[in-house]
Amino acid sequence: MPSYTGPVEDFRFLIHECLDLQECRDLPSLAGVDSDIIDAVLAEGARFCESVLQPLNAPGDEAGCRLEGDEVFTPEGFRDAYRTYTENGWPGLTSSPDYGGQGMPHFLGIAMSEMITAANTSWGMYPALAHGAWELIHLHGSDEQKRTWLPKMIAGEWTGTMNLTEPHCGTDLGLVRTRAERRDDGSYRISGTKIWISAGEHDLADNIVHLVLARTPDAPEGTKGLSLFIVPKFLVDDGGGIGERNGVRCAGLDHKMGIRASATCEMVYEDAVGYLIGEENKGLNLMFTMMNGARLGTGIQGLGLASVAYQNAVTFARERLQGRSLDGAKNPEKPADPIIVHPDVRRMLLTSKAFIEGARALAVHTALQLDIEYNHPDAERRERAGHWVALMTPIIKAYFTDMGFEVTSLSMQVHGGAGYIVDTGVEQYMRDARIARIYEGTNGIQALDLVGRKLTAANGETVKSFFTEVERLLGECADEPAMAEFTKPLAGAAERLKSTTAAVYQKMAGDPLEAGAASVDYLELFALTAMAWSWTTQARAALRALDAEGARSDFYRTKLDTARFFMARMLPETLGLEQKILAGGETLMALDESAF
Amino acid sequence: MKILVTLKRVVDYNVRVRVKSDGSGVETDGVKMSINPFDEIALEEALRIKERGEAEEVIVASIGGDEVQQQLRTGLAMGADRAIQVSADGDVQPLTAARTFLKLVEKEEPGIVFLGKQAIDDDANQTGQMLAALWDRPQATFASKVELADGKATVAREVDSGLETIEVDLPAVLTSDLRLNEPRFVKLPEIMKAKRKPLETLSLEDLGVERAGGIEAVSYEPPPQRGGGKVVESVDELVSELKSKGLL
Ligand SMILES: Cc1cc2nc3c(=O)[nH]c(=O)nc-3n(C[C@H](O)[C@H](O)[C@H](O)COP(=O)(O)OP(=O)(O)OC[C@H]3O[C@@H](n4cnc5c(N)ncnc54)[C@H](O)[C@@H]3O)c2cc1C
Repeated sequence: MPSYTGPVEDFRFLIHECLDLQECRDLPSLAGVDSDIIDAVLAEGARFCESVLQPLNAPGDEAGCRLEGDEVFTPEGFRDAYRTYTENGWPGLTSSPDYGGQGMPHFLGIAMSEMITAANTSWGMYPALAHGAWELIHLHGSDEQKRTWLPKMIAGEWTGTMNLTEPHCGTDLGLVRTRAERRDDGSYRISGTKIWISAGEHDLADNIVHLVLARTPDAPEGTKGLSLFIVPKFLVDDGGGIGERNGVRCAGLDHKMGIRASATCEMVYEDAVGYLIGEENKGLNLMFTMMNGARLGTGIQGLGLASVAYQNAVTFARERLQGRSLDGAKNPEKPADPIIVHPDVRRMLLTSKAFIEGARALAVHTALQLDIEYNHPDAERRERAGHWVALMTPIIKAYFTDMGFEVTSLSMQVHGGAGYIVDTGVEQYMRDARIARIYEGTNGIQALDLVGRKLTAANGETVKSFFTEVERLLGECADEPAMAEFTKPLAGAAERLKSTTAAVYQKMAGDPLEAGAASVDYLELFALTAMAWSWTTQARAALRALDAEGARSDFYRTKLDTARFFMARMLPETLGLEQKILAGGETLMALDESAF
Repeated sequence: MKILVTLKRVVDYNVRVRVKSDGSGVETDGVKMSINPFDEIALEEALRIKERGEAEEVIVASIGGDEVQQQLRTGLAMGADRAIQVSADGDVQPLTAARTFLKLVEKEEPGIVFLGKQAIDDDANQTGQMLAALWDRPQATFASKVELADGKATVAREVDSGLETIEVDLPAVLTSDLRLNEPRFVKLPEIMKAKRKPLETLSLEDLGVERAGGIEAVSYEPPPQRGGGKVVESVDELVSELKSKGLL
């Protein structure tokens, strides 16, 4: 059976040694949060994930959820784990203290999300959806709505969902048909069917607050006619507690490849009472703010699953004895060497490790930018951070989930046949990881978001936010000869990204299909360059630490070696990507549809 | 009644311990450190006693450099009321620890001093017993169940032959065994609150503790690697192999 240890050491390195928290001390979320508190939160979070969630992962996968009538029952143990989670205050980790949250920085939220996903992806879906829902109400709800819904949701007593998808409409939300009719009392009546709604029905919490995209009778066609509603499972009574049952029910539960303990529900709305958030016809924009947070969270799912799959691959590679090292036996007293001596096994493990740690650093940095974007007193800082977050959201969502899946597959490969056998437990990671490339906007759509929206957003300021950071880092390292082996490849990749960006931009202007043709490769090119930036920041922190006396040198040396591996053996993919992008879309569009 | 609980900072039980390359000790740099699990059980028990209304205050104490404050803060986050750090560098032997706790006992006058039965780093299993002797009070070690009434503690002890139940007059020294309870999780808001609870720092000198000499660590080395096994053809061969190794 697989095991899991939260990567607390790595988080501590990233937070204490790679982030410049001193420079952010004006952030309210950092007030009173010193390194002891950060360490304590990480340690306690890891302990909860390792000892409560991880043991429920494989049994939950096997049991799945159960539908009886219109009630859904989660696997054994899920309820207790959820109770422990809420009793210990975790739902409110990063949420506003005005409504009972702890108001801690988002990098701790991201760290906790990664560990939850790694320990039990399915279980993590329930709090994750709830988190997205309260965040949206917090950002866009009226004061009354906030007072009504937030305290219970932040306490974890009530959870939430997002209801976009319908049988005929997934990516293209302009096709939404669910209806909303205005009533005299200001509320609405919602009718329609939503499908594949995660956490749509379950037995973990007393109430479920659905956020539903629907269309008022006189709304314009397409995405400009969508409005967003709060539709609770139970209405709230005068005292703010559970009232009457609302007209929404779960009509079906889907059987899935992975995340089998996460309830994926068909939700039927029949004259259900709904409350408008914001204005009519502005729903999609509001939903997008939830989706930005959720997209980062989905990216973190890829990272978390990669992390746990990698840990188990390492354990296996140290223990499994097969063959001899090509340069002579390393383990002569045993019948064979452990497979970790073989270069190809190392390639798989290092690709995994370099992805995981590079991605984690990028995520932690981006999470700090989230805090700055939301809370920094200086408007200019908020804006700059906002650009970074907007740019990195599709990159993190798509690249982390593509690579997350790839790493779970590498873990299976390292395990050989044992990896394919269910009892070993690592095939579950691969099944669980696959969905993250599809939901929250498919990765193809993320790439279109990057090329179609983010490249041109804010007069190019959004994209520039990345290049500015790269130039700053290169400038700061210019006098450090030991950094050259990292800054050189970073500078080269950044130049390549810049020139490719200009080329894509030009092609797009001539032919919009070119944007679509370039998009996925372009996103990967961007992601790899961002990873080079991330590894360079880590290498700098590691070198500085090694210069200081008496440091735990193994840790830092390993960081440097992994950074070298990334620069030498992963970053060069950018060369091929550049070529593919510059080749343009002609060959993609040449075939007649009938020729496929 | 006050309860004094001692917390030792040790390498986490999940970590595979590595001996430093120069043999001067085990690697602790960058290694996950935790409260000694038995001490955590002792603290949990003390908190439960307080929650039942049978004690008014739980004080946690630790001996060591400023890094032990981390474990003390965890203890405060679990629910202890205040903490005392007795700062000391280097290795603290059981007798030094017992002498230090005696000073704290004189200062705080607790009804119970609750320790772990042993610390998982040196496995000495001595401090509680030494403290009871120095303090000249009863001891109930290896506790797996504790009940308080009428100024006495009834303690079920885990002994080789099973469970032995004894009664001791308070004040007394208790030491926890593994099955006494399952320690709680720390609640997130308590982590922040712990920061505001009092943490007093004293030193061995402030307390007038004389360090015990006696034991000197000469060198550390990992247990020898297990050699490969050997298949023998017959019982006779087995016996003679065992004899030749001096095992029979
Ligand atoms: C387990 C699970 C949980 C889910 N949870 C939720 C949830 O909680 N709430 C919710 O609302 N939905 C949820 N979904 C739905 C999910 O978000 C959608 O499946 C997803 O958005 C894709 O939509 P679709 O399935 O209709 O695919 P389609 O939109 O039909 O896409 C099919 C393919 O075409 C591509 N494509 C489509 N349009 C374009 C385009 N314009 N340009 C280029 N390529 C395009 C896509 O990238 C994809 O490869 C869930 C789905 C699953 C399977």
